[in-house]
Amino acid sequence: METSKIFLYLFCGLIPLAVVAYFLATKKTYSVKFEGETFQSTPGSYGWYAIVCTLFPALLASFLAAILQLTGIVEVPGTALIATAIAIAAGGLWVALMTIKPSLRARAIVEQLIVKLLFVASLVSILTTVGIVLSVTFEAIKFFDMVSLWDFLTGTTWNPDEAVAGKDTQGVFGSIPLFAGTFMITGIAMLVAVPIGLFSAICMAEYASPTFRKIAKPALEILAGIPTVVYGFFAAITVSPMVVSAAEFFGIEADFTNALAPGLVMGVMIIPLISSLSDDVITSVPGSLREGSLAMGAYRSETIKTVVLPAALPGIVSAFLLAVSRAVGETMIVVMAAGLRANLTWNPLEGMTTVTVRIVDAFTGDQAFDSPETLSAFGLGLVLLVVTLILNVISLVVIRRFRQQYE
Amino acid sequence: MQISIDPKQLKRRERRDRMFVGYSYAAIFLAGAFLVFFFADIVRTAWSAFEQAELRVELHYNEEAKEMGDYALSEEMSYLVSRGVTRLIPNQMRENRSLLGTTQEKWVLADAEVDQYLKGKPNRLKKKERQLVDRLRDEGHARLAFNIGFFENGDSKLPEMAGIWAAAVGSMYVLIITFLFSFPLGVATAIYLEEFAPDNRFMQIIEVNINNLAAIPSILFGLLGLSIFINFMGVPRSSALAGGLTLSLMTLPVIIISTRAAILAIPDSIREGALALGATRWQMVLTNVLPLSLPGILTGTIIGLARAIGETAPLMIVGMMAYIPEAPDGFTSAATVLPAQIYTWSSDSLRAFTERTSAGIIVLLAVMLLMNGVAIYLRNKYETKW
Repeated sequence: METSKIFLYLFCGLIPLAVVAYFLATKKTYSVKFEGETFQSTPGSYGWYAIVCTLFPALLASFLAAILQLTGIVEVPGTALIATAIAIAAGGLWVALMTIKPSLRARAIVEQLIVKLLFVASLVSILTTVGIVLSVTFEAIKFFDMVSLWDFLTGTTWNPDEAVAGKDTQGVFGSIPLFAGTFMITGIAMLVAVPIGLFSAICMAEYASPTFRKIAKPALEILAGIPTVVYGFFAAITVSPMVVSAAEFFGIEADFTNALAPGLVMGVMIIPLISSLSDDVITSVPGSLREGSLAMGAYRSETIKTVVLPAALPGIVSAFLLAVSRAVGETMIVVMAAGLRANLTWNPLEGMTTVTVRIVDAFTGDQAFDSPETLSAFGLGLVLLVVTLILNVISLVVIRRFRQQYE
Repeated sequence: MQISIDPKQLKRRERRDRMFVGYSYAAIFLAGAFLVFFFADIVRTAWSAFEQAELRVELHYNEEAKEMGDYALSEEMSYLVSRGVTRLIPNQMRENRSLLGTTQEKWVLADAEVDQYLKGKPNRLKKKERQLVDRLRDEGHARLAFNIGFFENGDSKLPEMAGIWAAAVGSMYVLIITFLFSFPLGVATAIYLEEFAPDNRFMQIIEVNINNLAAIPSILFGLLGLSIFINFMGVPRSSALAGGLTLSLMTLPVIIISTRAAILAIPDSIREGALALGATRWQMVLTNVLPLSLPGILTGTIIGLARAIGETAPLMIVGMMAYIPEAPDGFTSAATVLPAQIYTWSSDSLRAFTERTSAGIIVLLAVMLLMNGVAIYLRNKYETKW
């Protein structure tokens, strides 16, 4: 039976049962048997108590069955699952009705369960991180069985087309050119984003009038909201030809898949990230520091350069690190505008490829899932994960220190 | 003590000060200029895609056309009319037998090259064909009409037939899944962290983890979706379900962070009032905190979903960029989404696809703008300043 059908039958069976449970339980609190006694909770709470008793064990059982099914330990037939779940639910309903008596603290039981459910929900975010780490690591381990980690990290040629399953994979998966491409493009992006972003932040925090700020801040935020696929298209169709013709003007030859175009566009994309984070930290530098400097006769700009920026430096560094992490992991712009060919060069006008491009390329080709090229994507993903995790955590710690210092 | 000020130095300092102010405004105007240039460029390339060339031709429904639609047209015209039109003629004749032997004159879709020629763009028409098209235009038998097919059709290998509809439907399906999973989970997490969580080390780890999750590259979520949802849980590849689940994990931190901010903004006096009247903590949350923070929560959710609708990289990994011409008819059937459609078109070498790409981008940006507009409207209308 199809999974969707199983779900349908399950819910068609359970929801009416829950409704029945609610009504029976509330009805029981009004029954003659308890006349004269005061209930601990309102009738509705007993209704919810009955619903919980009905649904919770049944859903738990189906969840366990689903896990067993997925891990392949036990094969549970759909009809049996539905029948068992509904039987458990009916049993739960009966137990609930039997246990309802005035001294039962129904509301406390229900609310404790709710809080537990909320706690479980908060675990999902942890599970997501764990899931990312595990899913990437497991496949990456398979990859590093075929290719040695050392070759992967120090090799200078990346040519996975030569790696056919079963054949020797020596010297084909050297990831240095991919890292070089990634850092070249990240570097260009930072050269664009850091000065513009930082000066924008200074302008908005120190100079701009409230009206100007009201217009400029959302306008900058628009840059952050544009989807990356749109930036990628813009980089490939408009900026790349512009770079090529500009290079021609100076008599230099440039590829159409040069590293400069995606770098420039990525830099623009990152401007709002740097400017809004720096803006926050600059405004949270206490005014007394500024006033002290101004009172000594320093110009505004001198105050900013010698007092405000050094004080805000941790926050700015943290913004910078987040921006680097964002640029390293950015995918669509480089997929659309940077090259596919691994190329180790210092020339930004040549085509270079990046880690993320190779990851996407490995999955959109027609290789088998366990081919070395597809698995190499997980190896690259692992490196990407480690690098961005380190950058993010350092940045989070630095900004937290900064906040503790001034707020 | 006497302070001597070198007037030259003072002048230099003043000049530097003025330049610094100049730089800082220049930075903002540079970013603004880019924004203007960017939108102008996209709109300029996209403009023409909302018009499509049509030709007025005579269709002869004869015996031969029953097998090959091309025979319904005169030979010279059959090269100018879209293959998407002629392909359908045999079917139409089979369905409506009375057509046989009749002749109809009507406007039909022109080939993409004719379309590009009429728009004055580079094309691959031969000289003779160009003269023919010129003549047709002078006679009023060739025109540019509003491109309604773009909003009704799915993807196609023929640029003149390709439309955005299937991708829009796919995006909607993905968004529904994303909302269904990320909204309850995100709000529940935020409530727990703000109202119930004990202040211990584990909770700090969860907090750092959520902030970190918001900064993990989206492509890694794609790898997660591929190995957990598709390979482990058996969710069909390319389906809206796989894409939606992946995106819901990405949207989760955005919703959690904005919900926490909304809950945090509610003053404690509200909570104390509820507790003083004998409400339990959960009752306080349900009847006071949640209703008051709902505008903020919804704003954050819509902004998170607007970001999800523009996300491409993780969806490429879970297979949502394949050539899918039909709109999906369920959460488990193969689907494509707006940004993936834009990517597919942008990587096509035919020039006519370039303007479709820009038009697709405009549709995507319009949808995002609408969502963000709704979010801002909600915030301004319902947000209470305490």
